[in-house]
Amino acid sequence: MNSLLLTVTARVLLPGFLIFSLFLLLRGHDLPGGGFAGGLVGSAAFALFGIANGVEKLREVFNIDTIWLIGLGLFLAILSGTFSLFLGDPYLLAIWYELPFFEYTIKLSTPLIFDIGVYFVVIGVVMTIFFSLQEDN
Amino acid sequence: MLATTIVALCSSFLTKLFGKKAGWILALGPASLAIASFDLFRRMSQEGPFSSFASWLPDIGFNIAFHIDGLGLLMSMLICGIGTFILIYGGGYLKGHEYLGRFFVCIQLFLVAMVGVVFSDNIILLFIFWELTSLTSFMLIGFTHDKQESRMAALHALLVTGAGGLCLLVGLVILGLGAGTFEISEMIRNGYQVTAGPYGTAAFILIILGAFTKSAQFPFHFWLPGAMAAPTPVSAYLHSATMVKAGIFLLARFQPILSPHEWWTFTLMTFGAITMLWGAFLAIKKNDLKQILAYTTLSVLGLLTVLLAFPTPYAATAFAYVLLAHAMYKGTLFMVAGIVDHQTGTRDVTKLSGLFRSLPFTGISVALATIAMAGIIPTLSFIGKEIALEGLLKEGPAGAALATMTAMASVAFTFVALIFVWTFFANLEDKPKYKEGYPSLLIGPLCLSVLGIVLGVAFPLTQSIVHTAMVPMLGDAAYPDLALWHGINLPLMMSLGSVALGVVFFISVGKKPWSLGEESLRHLALAPRFEAVYQKTLKLALKGAGILQHGHLRYYMRTTVIGTAALVILSLVVNQIPMPETDFKTLYWHEVAVFMIIAIAAIAATMVRSRLATIACLGIIGFMIAATYVMFSAPDLAMTQVLVETLTVILFALVIYKLPAYERLSSKGTVTIDAIISIVFGAMFTLLVLASSTTRWAETISVQHGDMSWVEAYGRNVVNVILVDFRALDTMGELAVLGIAAVGVFALLKYRRKKKEPML
Repeated sequence: MNSLLLTVTARVLLPGFLIFSLFLLLRGHDLPGGGFAGGLVGSAAFALFGIANGVEKLREVFNIDTIWLIGLGLFLAILSGTFSLFLGDPYLLAIWYELPFFEYTIKLSTPLIFDIGVYFVVIGVVMTIFFSLQEDN
Repeated sequence: MLATTIVALCSSFLTKLFGKKAGWILALGPASLAIASFDLFRRMSQEGPFSSFASWLPDIGFNIAFHIDGLGLLMSMLICGIGTFILIYGGGYLKGHEYLGRFFVCIQLFLVAMVGVVFSDNIILLFIFWELTSLTSFMLIGFTHDKQESRMAALHALLVTGAGGLCLLVGLVILGLGAGTFEISEMIRNGYQVTAGPYGTAAFILIILGAFTKSAQFPFHFWLPGAMAAPTPVSAYLHSATMVKAGIFLLARFQPILSPHEWWTFTLMTFGAITMLWGAFLAIKKNDLKQILAYTTLSVLGLLTVLLAFPTPYAATAFAYVLLAHAMYKGTLFMVAGIVDHQTGTRDVTKLSGLFRSLPFTGISVALATIAMAGIIPTLSFIGKEIALEGLLKEGPAGAALATMTAMASVAFTFVALIFVWTFFANLEDKPKYKEGYPSLLIGPLCLSVLGIVLGVAFPLTQSIVHTAMVPMLGDAAYPDLALWHGINLPLMMSLGSVALGVVFFISVGKKPWSLGEESLRHLALAPRFEAVYQKTLKLALKGAGILQHGHLRYYMRTTVIGTAALVILSLVVNQIPMPETDFKTLYWHEVAVFMIIAIAAIAATMVRSRLATIACLGIIGFMIAATYVMFSAPDLAMTQVLVETLTVILFALVIYKLPAYERLSSKGTVTIDAIISIVFGAMFTLLVLASSTTRWAETISVQHGDMSWVEAYGRNVVNVILVDFRALDTMGELAVLGIAAVGVFALLKYRRKKKEPML
């Protein structure tokens, strides 16, 4: 597509979208968002960029094997459940650790790892389909 | 045992690591197990049997229960002991074969599965291991998968044993339900008998079927000779020493439970005897060393079944001795057949002679093993045969008849033994033409054949083992005294007679293949019949699948939609589910507006004449659904819905870009039918949604989820907590599905491109 407006907007918006998607991912446990929504925003950002600037340009900023990304996400999700096994608890039981950070506390947990896994899988799936369609010709 | 499993799974890598010596190293696993088994035997005589128990799915009676008793240990010693030699032998036999790693993986998995079969106490667990042996056997028979013959043999074996396995499962479950426990040891302890429960006869028949198919009893015997297409180490191990014995073992294991049934003795006696004679008869007609051995194996399996028919100490002791002795000499002879094949390139006995000059060490083991096979003093098999004859003679006229048949079978054994002797020791003046096998090939047959003799001479050593093995079958009964020399009695005369007859027979016929009734035999061969039935079933299945799986997406959708609608409406009507009282006054105007937009967009989607417009209409519907989520305060759902819609539209747009121009292909009639179907389906769904608001079987879980979300999972967003914590396992499954779908899309699109390439 040869629309200058779209091309430039997509370039400017990409980092913003990505930060927003990370924001959604991390706030998910308490407020609307989460790995699935975050992943969708992230992949939508890449898809928009890809449509506006062409797949070759997208490959320059998104130079990851998408199938590998799916694998990584699944691996993280599976891995996140195994920690509880070491404490003698059932698989996938959540473990929480509150990290003090100045006057805030950061909640680290295994469900967060799980959610990051979800995030990667979603991006991987959408981008796999996107690339397969776009790089076809 | 767990360690061996892990080693088995890793052995492919290990093979690459150690190269040629892998067999020796891997053999340490089963060797240590064999030693452990032996040690357990010693301890068992003081402490009694061992059990371990871990419940897995207690609701359906499925527990990981192992029960190690004498019978199981006897088997496990055989499995592991011979397994040790087979691994070493296999390493030499398949040296340099590209799939050597695969061979090791399969055969060790098989070994583990076999040990599992003999030790498992829970019937479901037993069944799982049982099937695992069938599966690994399938892989091993079809090891040379580029040959049509071995693929077919593997399939036959799998189908026969698999079908038997299913029978076994049903039989076992009936038995378990009747006994009120799925633990075999508990059934035996409670003195449960198959006749006591419901459907006792059905359970009896089904279990017997399972055992008979596995142990290749007549009329299921045909798969065993076919299975000789496997590499020789496999034949030696699976189809002679171990797997086929699994069925026999099963019969022995369930003897206390099944033998009270009035058909027990008759069934086992009849089929065992037929298998014994038929196997012996066919063995002497074959030219191929392995085929000869396969048929004699059949014959021995028949004999073992016959012995199990009589739950007496004599028969049981004979059973144990025949089992042990057979594993040793038959294992040896199979490995010898493999060596001969490996070194000379043929297994045809009519072409071989005087091999002793070329293969001296092989010759020694042949000499020892053939003495055992013919059942001559002082071997284990001599003891086994004597007791078998003696035990059978105690069983009245039927027993006498069976004893005579056994003697006839051993005439054939003598004959076969002489074939081997001839192959090796006749025409010794010929110059050596072949090289002796590697040490790894020789150690197995040498050790086993020597053991057969040593244990025969030193039989008191085996006595305690065999007695421990018999306890689970018969309890502490009085066991017959064993001796190499019983004095001149009827069994000895029968033995001598059969050996003499065998010699006479061999001298008169020689190694010449004889063609008595060749034609009529061909009619009796069951393998081709089975193949024909199998092909017919396959054709029928193809036809059925062709009707159901026609490959037209439209009709699939129609079938699905109509089927769903019909079923749902039917259940709504049959159950008379009440519809809620609807009060339209509570509707707000914006809600009405959203619903109107959805309705209009839906209708428009079917009317417009371009794909892009259709997708735009669908997009509108999606966004409006998101709006309804917002109205009913579900921000998470709304957000996700919006995002999914956006991406769907984007991806759709990309797809459309590649599709040919839009055309109206459907006729008026099709469109009308589709419209009717759609309207019915829509109506059905409306009804369903309405009905679901009035019908509730259980308390809603949303309240509980809401309450627990913060307390248990430290999350305020209930939707997310459900996804990543409460129902994380479900999410994981969905992730996997997503991933697989993506890989599918990827593969489909890439495949298309590849096909295009040559055209460019």
